[in-house]
Amino acid sequence: MASGLRDVAAPPTTAASGAPPAGRRMPRIDRLGWKLLVLPAVVWIGVFFLFPVASILLRSFTEFRPPESGGLDNYKWFFESSANMTVLRRTLFVSGYVTLLCLVLGYPYAYLMTLTRGWVRLLLLAAVVIPLTTSPLVRTYAWLGLLADNGPVVGGLDRLGLGRPELLGNSISVTIGMMHIAFPLMVLPLYAALLRVDRRLLDAAASLGAPPRSAFFRVYLPLSAPGILAGSVLVSVLSLGFYLTPALLGSPQQTLMAPLIVTQVRQVLAWGHGGAMAFVLFVLTLMLLGLGALGSRGLLRRASAGRAEEE
Amino acid sequence: MTVAIRRLWLYLLVGLIAAWLLLPATVVFPMSLNETSQLSIWPKERSLHLYREFFDDPEWFNALIRSLRTAAIVSVLATALGTAAALGIVRGFRRGAGLINAVILAPIIVPVVVAAVASYLVYLRWGLVGTPLALIVAHTSLAIPYVVVTVMASLRGVNPRLELAARSLGSSPAGAVWHVTFPLIRGGMVVGAFLAFMQSFDEVVISVFLASRGSRTLPVQMYSSLIEDIDATVAVASSVILILSIVLVLLVGVTRLASARSDAR
Repeated sequence: MASGLRDVAAPPTTAASGAPPAGRRMPRIDRLGWKLLVLPAVVWIGVFFLFPVASILLRSFTEFRPPESGGLDNYKWFFESSANMTVLRRTLFVSGYVTLLCLVLGYPYAYLMTLTRGWVRLLLLAAVVIPLTTSPLVRTYAWLGLLADNGPVVGGLDRLGLGRPELLGNSISVTIGMMHIAFPLMVLPLYAALLRVDRRLLDAAASLGAPPRSAFFRVYLPLSAPGILAGSVLVSVLSLGFYLTPALLGSPQQTLMAPLIVTQVRQVLAWGHGGAMAFVLFVLTLMLLGLGALGSRGLLRRASAGRAEEE
Repeated sequence: MTVAIRRLWLYLLVGLIAAWLLLPATVVFPMSLNETSQLSIWPKERSLHLYREFFDDPEWFNALIRSLRTAAIVSVLATALGTAAALGIVRGFRRGAGLINAVILAPIIVPVVVAAVASYLVYLRWGLVGTPLALIVAHTSLAIPYVVVTVMASLRGVNPRLELAARSLGSSPAGAVWHVTFPLIRGGMVVGAFLAFMQSFDEVVISVFLASRGSRTLPVQMYSSLIEDIDATVAVASSVILILSIVLVLLVGVTRLASARSDAR
């Protein structure tokens, strides 16, 4: 789950840029040949990935466990049970606050990265990229050791006179583990966006009499909006589907959508229920991505409108 | 507050975050040096005896071998399929190929749990669950998008007229791609192959569903060990994974550096 969306870290273009858009003057027959190259990958994903996903979603309309009998009963089962609704609400809430926390901590992090040079910047970048290349399972295991009752964190808090709080098996450990997985996906797009902000605009604002605070909020922050949007969409989509972290660090009483789907399918063998919940999770993911796309289009439009005004 | 003090606070906050980010990766190795099998970050009695247990126990060692083998096959398959698809998308379609992009990116977009139960359901019917093939097939689908994205990025920087030039000099279409384009996108292919390898090597959720006891990869073995009884050998497995990832990252870095240097020459 956490290893998804890892492409953000992929290094950008290697070869020299400035080439004209690819394939402007290709003969038509050539084009068909090129198009055929797409086929193997598309067929592979279609057969081994999309077909199964479509099958499980279909199951929610075709397979029922009594007392459900047909139609949309699996969805009725899901939406009419208050326990399920609690899980859905909790999942949305967790996704929201993980995103918000990552944004609040990631913004100053990315901001400082743009201010530093040389090895300091490299170190800050490494601190974000190293977790990204470390297996989420390994990291989750490390948190098990770090947050254990006899672990260093509890011991440290005890020495500071803060008592010995229980950190494992509750929302504290789950939040820490999830944020650790999601944080790089927030910082990298933010950093890319903040690098593009022209800092001379802050000087311009200051020279026009803006105090630093309002220069930041009225000039810098709006210009960084694309990065905020991209990072938030990535993190919230990722957080909706968290499975490992809640399964290993959380408590069964605080379950989320993803672990609940697994329970329905593996332990209860209720494929229809699992399919309906998978459908809900999938639709939520698409909605978040759609919102992100709409938002970025809006930002683009505003930017071009602003430019038109200047001209 | 003066600017300097505000900066100091910023450095302090960011330093703390960086420490938090690096913490898990740094404690895994000391955890694996435990003499007893009690979970501890900084064991009082240290030895390598857990390592002996890891490499002597066929369950753990075979899982490692299976992981490496699966990841290697997945990396080759995904790089071949993904590079072909990237070439096709960039050269064959005038505008972005909307539907094709959606299909290729689907494995990244669909929540992993949904993919896991879905492939379990269908692969079960196909008789694949519990076979090595199930993991290869599923991991390759997950890895293709990463290869396509990285290769497309490096392909965008290659001028297609170079291929036309080669062909006007008598090269066949395939020959032009082989001799002209491939050397130029090699960097992207190496990174894509690396990402595909890691994707398979680290994958847990889908593998937990598709592997049987006899076809467990290392992450699956670790996961079941964490769920059943917290076996301290997990710390060794974690360190092994960590060391392998570091070696791979360094290798990719070195090859990229070397090719950048030879380009500059």
